[in-house]
Amino acid sequence: AALKDGLRSQVSAALKEGRVTPTELCQRCLALIKSTKFLNAYITVAEETALKQAEESEERYKRGQPLGILDGIPIAVKDNFNTAGIETTCASNMLKGYISPYNATVVQKLLDQGAVLLGKTNLDEFAMGSGSTDGVFGPVRNPWSYSKHYKEKSVPKSHSEDEESNWVITGGSSGGSAAAVSSFTCFAALGSDTGGSTRNPAARCGVVGLKPTYGLISRHGLIPLVNSMDVPGILTRCVDDAAVLLGSLAGHDPKDSTTVQDDFKPFELPKLTDVSKLSIGIPKEYHAPGLSSEILALWSKAADLFKNAGCKVVEVSLPHTHYSIVCYHVLCTAEVASNMARFDGLEYGHRSDRKESTESMYAATRREGFNDVVRGRILSGNYFLLKQNYEKYFVKAQKVRRLIANDFVKVFRSGVDVLLTPTTLTDAAPYTEFIQEDNRTRSAQDDILTQAANMAGLPAINVPTALSERGLPVGLQFIGRSFQEKQLLTVAKWFEKQVQFPMIQLEEVKRHDSGVFQQQKSAAFS
Amino acid sequence: VAARGCGAVWRRARQRGAVGPGPGPSAFPRGHRAVACNARGGALSAGKSGVAPWIPVVGLEIHAQISSNSKLFSGSQVQFAAPPNSLVSFFDASLPGTLPVLNRRCVEAAVMTGLALNCSINKKSLFDRKHYFYADLPAGYQITQQRVPIAVNGSLSYSLCIDNKMNQMVTKTVRIKQIQLEQDSGKSLHDDTRSQTLVDLNRAGVGLMEVVMEPDMCCGEEAAAAVRELQLILQTLGSSQAVMAEGQLRVDANVSVHHPGEPYGVRTEVKNINSIRFLAKAVDYEIQRQIEELENGGTILNETRAFDSKLGCTVPMRDKEGKQDYRFMPEPNLPPLILYDAKSLPANMNHQQVINIDWIHERLPDLPSVKREKLVEQYGILPEHSFTLLNEDGLAEFFESVVKQTQMKPKKVIGWILNDLLSYLKQHSLTVKESPVSSFLLADLLNLLEKKEISSTAAKQVLAELWKGEGKTPLEIVKEQKLELLQDQKELEEICQAVIDGQENEVIMTVLG
Repeated sequence: AALKDGLRSQVSAALKEGRVTPTELCQRCLALIKSTKFLNAYITVAEETALKQAEESEERYKRGQPLGILDGIPIAVKDNFNTAGIETTCASNMLKGYISPYNATVVQKLLDQGAVLLGKTNLDEFAMGSGSTDGVFGPVRNPWSYSKHYKEKSVPKSHSEDEESNWVITGGSSGGSAAAVSSFTCFAALGSDTGGSTRNPAARCGVVGLKPTYGLISRHGLIPLVNSMDVPGILTRCVDDAAVLLGSLAGHDPKDSTTVQDDFKPFELPKLTDVSKLSIGIPKEYHAPGLSSEILALWSKAADLFKNAGCKVVEVSLPHTHYSIVCYHVLCTAEVASNMARFDGLEYGHRSDRKESTESMYAATRREGFNDVVRGRILSGNYFLLKQNYEKYFVKAQKVRRLIANDFVKVFRSGVDVLLTPTTLTDAAPYTEFIQEDNRTRSAQDDILTQAANMAGLPAINVPTALSERGLPVGLQFIGRSFQEKQLLTVAKWFEKQVQFPMIQLEEVKRHDSGVFQQQKSAAFS
Repeated sequence: VAARGCGAVWRRARQRGAVGPGPGPSAFPRGHRAVACNARGGALSAGKSGVAPWIPVVGLEIHAQISSNSKLFSGSQVQFAAPPNSLVSFFDASLPGTLPVLNRRCVEAAVMTGLALNCSINKKSLFDRKHYFYADLPAGYQITQQRVPIAVNGSLSYSLCIDNKMNQMVTKTVRIKQIQLEQDSGKSLHDDTRSQTLVDLNRAGVGLMEVVMEPDMCCGEEAAAAVRELQLILQTLGSSQAVMAEGQLRVDANVSVHHPGEPYGVRTEVKNINSIRFLAKAVDYEIQRQIEELENGGTILNETRAFDSKLGCTVPMRDKEGKQDYRFMPEPNLPPLILYDAKSLPANMNHQQVINIDWIHERLPDLPSVKREKLVEQYGILPEHSFTLLNEDGLAEFFESVVKQTQMKPKKVIGWILNDLLSYLKQHSLTVKESPVSSFLLADLLNLLEKKEISSTAAKQVLAELWKGEGKTPLEIVKEQKLELLQDQKELEEICQAVIDGQENEVIMTVLG
């Protein structure tokens, strides 16, 4: 099967026609997971259950009764979604070894449609981070670190500095999922997106990352970071696949009262030929300090692309954008402080041996179970929620959030259909460079272009656009109107087709499984 | 229990000095009438000569467990005394990733209760998280309604007797500040000998209505009467079974005292009150204690105290953590709770998904006050009798059933119900439902009496037989024991003649004078 091609048009067809069997697909992915183990993309590989699911899928195909496009498709799930019988760790000592008794709604939906769950992907502890470097199982390596493009373009400073110290981060916090999709170990993966955690690693790993509208997909079973902003994210190789996944996941869930009641109709994306009726907004505030010149150039090139195709391209203003990070800091830490209160060592998870008193057991459990980032956020969150601070910080932050959301409402009301922005300020940094700064500073920088969409609950998508001078992926982001995923994805698909983002060429993985990768010409968009 | 006057206050206060261990007799000199409030309202003085009178102020916070098949935010069953941790869903145990889903029945119960307590129902109310660490609170926070509760600004009328005299009843009103929906916690059992705590989460997440009463009461009897009336209302509505012994109704009392014209004093909160009788005791004790404390030059601490029912006094609760900051924040996983009325109900709304306040209002059952009025009106009984009838579960129905089956006037029936039936049941600690004499049998007996087939004395004799529950009818007992009244004049004359004939000398002496 041509792994780069869409699920609907290629893989599913190949399965139906028997050109490949679910078991073969699954085995091939499992082999790839093994040969790319150094990426550290997976925390848990569920080989046994995956093969069993593949076998069941195969039976269905043999009977001629597959459950749909996803039947037999190997997928991976970020390790902050509950999976019955398979460890769910949130990359934290607190939940190491924790086996949930239930499936998250999104996981259940995928399984119900025949998808094969390969395993659980790596992340920053409790999804708090933007590098996938701060989890208890170690950092995730960006597959592009090992690509032909990067190797050719990034010249090691000296020969002693080999690729061991040259590898770049995936971004995060859904870095494991992004790396898994990017390295072909699965066809699609679930991430989560609170401030950009799906789109950021998608941009850095050269895959599609969709953050749907808040309330469209159930959060039941997603271990929360910020309940009011968390959305299950979708990572795929192409926009069409994102639409397939969205169709299989969206809709009201009685177990999540914040999902919308309206019926969701899965859609196929039309092939857009005429974009002249579209109005694309370019928010000037996204020309943020620190935006690399090459991404800026890419962004304006993309705007020109739309303009040349007959689109109306207008500069718009989202004046409260630059308050979003500090506002997010207050709201996020407050909810974190609250959400993390349940980890007290009593019902589940890590429990300290300290026995002097219940309080000392709580304290030791939480100190041993959480890393500095989590503990730091709990501390600030509790500070913001104190009676004497609540009005000053939390309430104020909520008001600012409203202003940020209203910015978008105004822009969309003015006739803009979709906003076009960069997803990240730069391409992926080498790990050694990235860890020079602390988690908070990095998150503040990295979330700056993605965060506001979470504040406003809007759908947004990263589309891999080009390779940077260093041979690393760079993506652009489209932000759409609430619940207008079809429009958003349609525009994203058109753009995807125009830019012809190059296929990753993994030299050493190819040695392991030469049959899997199809060479593809890299179009010269950059 | 409820219908007793506030005269009881200081009398009990006096006794306490003699009885109670607690602070000891010196703290409560005999006969020292420190406080009295009366049912007519206002403060009565006493205290040491020359000291200004004290006005006690009592407010109540009442937690009523909602009578519902399942918990407030999860599908687990609600059941009293089930095996430990047998009614715990993933959400109740706070498993990561679980979310609350509001139970419609609990909302309806709260709306019903709000309407019955004359509250205005908020068409939009909100849920909040209240944080504190405790072993029986798995999530580390309780979901409650701190900012905008479901019902506000209501009132509750209740009646009590003055000076313990049944015929001097007075009606009072306490304002209801709000009713909020919230989760119950689990239960912790501390095993001190093995220094371990056992946690039972069966109760964790059960729906509660917290009813907050304004400090409009001034003594234990008022508090007790108000709670009793609330209990009757909840039971009538079926919104809570409100059995205090099973923890379905829990009362915390806020108590303070001050001099007239001065601001309210520092208040204490009294917890651990598990019967209405103890509520009256606890409040009166606390009022007395505060007055003593202040009159002896002490100060009142803003503290939580527990009522010790064995000692009959309140004691400071050990609160290691000191002042708690609950760090309230909005519950992000529950959208605002929106209720509708006939006017605001959207046309195309699925009726399963909305709650219509007007619809609930139209279907409210008769509340106790209305039932009492109807009893008085329909049967001509005294108002105080109507209270007694409603205070005992099933007694009013028993009474009405007897009335229906006899020719005896209800005014006479009530005497038999209250003096004979009720006192017998009380004596033997039986409920009305457990009565060995059914309404049918009692009616049968009263019919014999009404038809003058037996005398009133004989009727009591028959009733005494009936209590044995041997399955005999009143008529059978009458025949067996030959208790019939003679209706035939000739027969009666013959008997009399026979008596006279047998006592000739005495007759002569009598005639001669």
